[in-house]
Amino acid sequence: MAEEYEITLVEAVNVALARALELDPNVVVLGEDVGFNGGVFRATDGLQRRFGEQRVMDTPLAETLIAGMAIGMATQGLRPVSEIQFMGFIYPIVDQIISHASRMRNRTRGRLTCPLVIRAPFGGGIHAPEHHSESTEALFAHMPGIRVVIPSSPLRAYGLLLAAIQDPDPVIFLEPKRIYRMVKQKVLDDGQPLPLDVCYQLRDGSDVTLVTWGAMTHETLQAAEQLSEQGISAAVIDVATIKPLDMPTILDSVAKTGRCVIIHEAVRTCGVGAEIAAQLAEHGLMSLFAPIQRVTGYDTVMPMFRLEKHYMPSIARIITAVKKTMEAS
Amino acid sequence: MTDTDNQSSSEENTVCVARFEIHYRQILDHNAVLTSALPTFAQDAGSLITLYRMMVKTRIFDSKAIALQRTGKMGTYASSLGQEAVAVGIGQAMSAEDVLVPTYREYGAQLQRGVSMTDLLLYWGGDERGMSYAQQPQDLPISVPIATHLPHAAGVATAFKLRNEPRVAVAVLGDGGSSKGDFYEALNLAGVWQLPMVIVINNNQWAISVPRKNQSLAQTLAQKAIAGGVQGEQVDGNDVIAMRHCMSEAIERARNGGGPSVIEALTYRMSDHTTADDASRYRATEEVQQQQKYDPIKRLHDYLMQTGNWNEKKDQALHAECAVDVEKAVQAYFDTPPAPPESMFDYLYETLPDAYQAQRAELIQQGVSNKGASNQGTGNKGVSNDG
Repeated sequence: MAEEYEITLVEAVNVALARALELDPNVVVLGEDVGFNGGVFRATDGLQRRFGEQRVMDTPLAETLIAGMAIGMATQGLRPVSEIQFMGFIYPIVDQIISHASRMRNRTRGRLTCPLVIRAPFGGGIHAPEHHSESTEALFAHMPGIRVVIPSSPLRAYGLLLAAIQDPDPVIFLEPKRIYRMVKQKVLDDGQPLPLDVCYQLRDGSDVTLVTWGAMTHETLQAAEQLSEQGISAAVIDVATIKPLDMPTILDSVAKTGRCVIIHEAVRTCGVGAEIAAQLAEHGLMSLFAPIQRVTGYDTVMPMFRLEKHYMPSIARIITAVKKTMEAS
Repeated sequence: MTDTDNQSSSEENTVCVARFEIHYRQILDHNAVLTSALPTFAQDAGSLITLYRMMVKTRIFDSKAIALQRTGKMGTYASSLGQEAVAVGIGQAMSAEDVLVPTYREYGAQLQRGVSMTDLLLYWGGDERGMSYAQQPQDLPISVPIATHLPHAAGVATAFKLRNEPRVAVAVLGDGGSSKGDFYEALNLAGVWQLPMVIVINNNQWAISVPRKNQSLAQTLAQKAIAGGVQGEQVDGNDVIAMRHCMSEAIERARNGGGPSVIEALTYRMSDHTTADDASRYRATEEVQQQQKYDPIKRLHDYLMQTGNWNEKKDQALHAECAVDVEKAVQAYFDTPPAPPESMFDYLYETLPDAYQAQRAELIQQGVSNKGASNQGTGNKGVSNDG
């Protein structure tokens, strides 16, 4: 009998991991502090106690190893879920993902595969120390052969993480830590994954399409609410899987609204917003009444937390961008 | 602090808290003289002949591969000339169910484990199908980025340990690779988790143009094992008997729960780094000539002759047989047409996401309109990294 819990996003991650460990004996969880301590954000709390040290492993402090050994395990039929403690520490593993995980299936013509998940908390807004606040999802979105998935609610964290673990290919699963404990939602722990590779439309609208993912869905929904009070009807799309992109959903919405604002925390240049805008230009230009707008982090080093709020896209910046698209037409 | 205190600190007493030794092992020296007793397996001339045959086969394959590259029939190739004993010893010591995690000079091991010469030619001829290893389901393909495969071996070994399978992961890297953090991260885990894993440092003295002495001040590379609490030893990597023996000991120790080992195999890269390299730019010809006398094949050949287990007739027959096998493999390589262009999409994911279907269709369409356009050939001039 599946239980229903009223839980936060980080708790949903925990419940999904427990469910995956229970459903599939090949699933193992590994990383720094994920075992006895239950993770620095408590995402893996209690899992080692419940499933044992053989399934939930504290590794030495070595990120390359945490990703690289997951690749070796995956080639042996395990389904490792590795945690990189913060996205700021993920860069050593870029080599492992681009040189090996993303291409093992291709290199061996399907003889060996890499069904692994790399989880990492990411994004700003929690007054964290230096190197703890960046959003560099685009680095991974640039790599062929993998998926990049970002949940924005407890329900999607649960369903998308289960889907990522069941997926036969490598998935980078980025958890927006700013909203780890922002809201609670009822989540039915029934082991049912949500579909990957699709956008989730969070709000219907007829004047403008707001495209976003991760923690920024919250500012974007609030902006849409304020805009509706001003008579502007904004659709909100949570991209959720930023690689591969579900462009048909975005194109359909823009075909109705004729306007698009893309919102992301990451720096602007070569951000995922640029790819979405390029595809809108390629396939949806004729339905646009106004130039596409991007509301993003600036092309700067992510400032330390005294200036962080000036970097983060705000509700006001989103509304300004929407109004610009309304004026243009 | 008083002056007296300062003086006493210069006479500080320390206590030795740890002490280590690295041993060098050799059984047959370069004059084909036994320097240690023969291990049990080597008392059977048949197993020595097997080692000899594999080394000869590897070398004949190697010289053919170089010839193919030189005549424009294959891409850049990394030769294993002079290092055959290392890989052949590894291959003979491993069991079928073990997993090899190789880099690019382990042909002598791969060929024993079901990787075909055609696979290797396809690979260096620029075809991914050269990594599909129809007769070898589990070994990892050659790792080109240096030492990045060591963590994979640690993961494979962890899987064996979790499942209580009596299997061993064998990773091979070069002297240059032992300078990388990836090597240390894997070694460290192998130690602390007592993984069934053997790391072989194929120390061929050169990482492209950088000699061993500029790679590390460490007296031996085997001693790097000590940092991970792992057993390390050095072996004459041109002595295939010692190589096979050390590998068997390390593999069986790992298989029986005795933990990991590091084996530093001392050998020499007789060839250029790859066919795209010219070692005469940075390495004295005299040095290479000096190394001729340590040749692994000549050494075992002479020993087998001395002991009456081999003769010139058999040797000629072996060379002729290997040449025929190599020619067959070359023909199979020539007879393999390039994969259809859209195959570049077909192993990217288990199921190609909708997002990329249009690109695949575009590629097929382009192929149709380009029909008859000439093939670009394989004149690769890339210089890659060396371990």
